[in-house]
Amino acid sequence: MKTKFINVFDPLKNERVEIMDKDGKIINPKLVPDIKDKDLIDAYKLMNLSRRQDDFQNKVQRQGRLLSFLSSTGQEASEVGYTLPLIKGKDWFASGYRNNAAWLTAGMPMRNIMLYWMGNEYGGKAPDGVNSLPPNIIIGSQYTQATGIAFAEKYNKTGGVAVTTTGDGGMSEGETYEAMNFAKLHELPVIFICENNKWAISTPYAKSTKSINIASKGIATGVPSVKVDGNDFLAVYAVAKEAVEFARTGNGPVFIECDTYRLGAHSSSDNPKIYRPEEEFQEALTRDPLIRLKNYLIEKGLWDQKKQDKLDKEQDEFIQKEFEWAEQNKEYPLEDIFDYIYAEKTPDLEEQYQEAKAFFQAHPEAKGGHH
Amino acid sequence: MAGKVLNNVKAVSEALDVAMDKWKEVVVYGEDAGFEGGVFRATEGLQAKYGEERCFDAPISEAMFVGVALGMAMNKMKPVVEIQFEGLGWASLQNILGHMGRMRNRTRGKLPTPVVIRMPMGGGIRALELHSEAMEAIYAHTPGIKVVCPSTPYDTKGLILAAIESPDPVIVFEPTKLYRAFKQEVPDGFYTVPIGEAFKIQEGNDLTVVTYGAQTVDCQKAIEQLESKNPDITIELIDLRTLKPWDKKMVFESVKKTGRLLVVHEAIRSFSISSEIIASVNEECFEYLKAPLSRCTGYDIVIPFDSGEGYHQPNPTKILVKMEELLSYKF
Ligand SMILES: Cc1ncc(C[n+]2csc(CCOP(=O)(O)OP(=O)(O)O)c2C)c(N)n1
Repeated sequence: MKTKFINVFDPLKNERVEIMDKDGKIINPKLVPDIKDKDLIDAYKLMNLSRRQDDFQNKVQRQGRLLSFLSSTGQEASEVGYTLPLIKGKDWFASGYRNNAAWLTAGMPMRNIMLYWMGNEYGGKAPDGVNSLPPNIIIGSQYTQATGIAFAEKYNKTGGVAVTTTGDGGMSEGETYEAMNFAKLHELPVIFICENNKWAISTPYAKSTKSINIASKGIATGVPSVKVDGNDFLAVYAVAKEAVEFARTGNGPVFIECDTYRLGAHSSSDNPKIYRPEEEFQEALTRDPLIRLKNYLIEKGLWDQKKQDKLDKEQDEFIQKEFEWAEQNKEYPLEDIFDYIYAEKTPDLEEQYQEAKAFFQAHPEAKGGHH
Repeated sequence: MAGKVLNNVKAVSEALDVAMDKWKEVVVYGEDAGFEGGVFRATEGLQAKYGEERCFDAPISEAMFVGVALGMAMNKMKPVVEIQFEGLGWASLQNILGHMGRMRNRTRGKLPTPVVIRMPMGGGIRALELHSEAMEAIYAHTPGIKVVCPSTPYDTKGLILAAIESPDPVIVFEPTKLYRAFKQEVPDGFYTVPIGEAFKIQEGNDLTVVTYGAQTVDCQKAIEQLESKNPDITIELIDLRTLKPWDKKMVFESVKKTGRLLVVHEAIRSFSISSEIIASVNEECFEYLKAPLSRCTGYDIVIPFDSGEGYHQPNPTKILVKMEELLSYKF
């Protein structure tokens, strides 16, 4: 397959795919992807939606109505960019835990995402037609699992591609290397993404690795690897689209480093002020992916402030509704903690369930903890 | 005795400070453990005081943490490793189960691996998935490893120092729910709480309750309720503190006196610490028993997220009901 990015941009020379500058001006016209105006606007809407959901969740988390969550703020171009080329119901997304924009793009209902962060397992269940794994807390294993999914796609000749992602810190887990090594050996249709947002909680990139970049970590396994400006939607989308096609047509895995920045806290219980230099953060704000794409759309005559105001209002109403639904549905009955352990409850577990049922019938107030 | 009033997390820092001061071979590391002092701030201040060489952030690769610690320990150092949350450390099991517990035996005593691994554990803090695990039985099941689980600031400091001093690998489970739950006066400087000795929280004649970690507090609440309702009844409450080797002597003596035993923990019931204690008490104290040996534990399920966690964890009401059942038992 003729490629524009894969095996063209060299991570060992620290080359990076860039299409627009930090203000949204095209600097590399030859690389602009072929994407319909409508799809471009839809992508922007998803990015905007995810950003507003993050802001909303921050607010309600402080009110104690959401346990915790990990925000995608600053990484929307990457997440929407690499998920958009997937075919719903055919391709797979094996996520990490910081993937709000990607989940929305992959088709996870917002209410499920919220349920998950409210501490309800139903949040991890994707609706029919959406091949998205639940958030993955154990860093690294999504890489090997996506590789297995891709193995099955190849084996069954079903033509699907798997996309998976982790952070710069996560690339220290041995499993990421192990997955790429195996995927290349078997030439599997899997796209490995690393969202290099420069921080792993309080640990900066420089304390995680001495590699010149993350993309170069794929080279040793033979997996073609590309570094891309992760705050440039057009660049991420273009590279991911090519990678998905590359993998789907039997050329094996691709590894993409999205060079981005975490604008929010690590999680809602983290305080980045303790460890993150203020100047670095202020500088990162000037590369906000949302503003860049918006400027580009305005320049193309596809967007204006009126449209933005209308969109913000619609999206805020939608977010509010989804949240209310999740909040009203976050409790579940006792059975639900026993019902999904095995296909059928074992005799032992049935006994424990009966014991628990009798206890909570006699002492309904005893559902301990926080309720 | 000079001392400081500390909570459990501060007691961890204090223990590590004392150890780093006393033994130059002690190094402390883990995810975010250096500059920030870890997500719970248990190692806060140590990097500033002892430098980056002795307290540092480690890349996210738990298999490496423990493997590297084994190498250090085999070569005269005393690493103290922090796993960020118990449920996130399973990549390290390879090295813990496969090597750490076996090296002394494999080298006929030549290369012991006196590593200390600290793991925040347990639920009740409204945490995310995999942040509430209590799988201590896996570790206690493994030959060659000692396992402790302190519940008070005094014990936390003393047991961590004992663990670092120990010639064997020790896993320290730190109940997250208790990290900031209360304070206690803790002596300054070096002291140890011996590994293998339980602590009798209160004396009693009618029932022995054996527990550890966060459930010590739940048991105290339940016992207070029971004793205030039944002034003639007294309960003996034992905090195990060390899960392996556990204090059989204290537990057997107690059960021989009371004739009744309840073991309480949040960990999954089957093949657990309570399984072991009950089996052993059955072997040793059978003729003294007035009621079946019993337990109040979590169920054999995946630890539920917040919405279901309250069903799973033992709580004072559950413990109270169990105690009453045992006290009114008739053959
Ligand atoms: C196996 C494992 N170890 C530790 C953790 C705890 N943890 C959660 S997020 C995180 C930092 C991850 O940083 P990075 O991979 O850069 O991703 P980011 O959160 O910045 O997106 C750590 C150490 C975990 N979830 N899984």
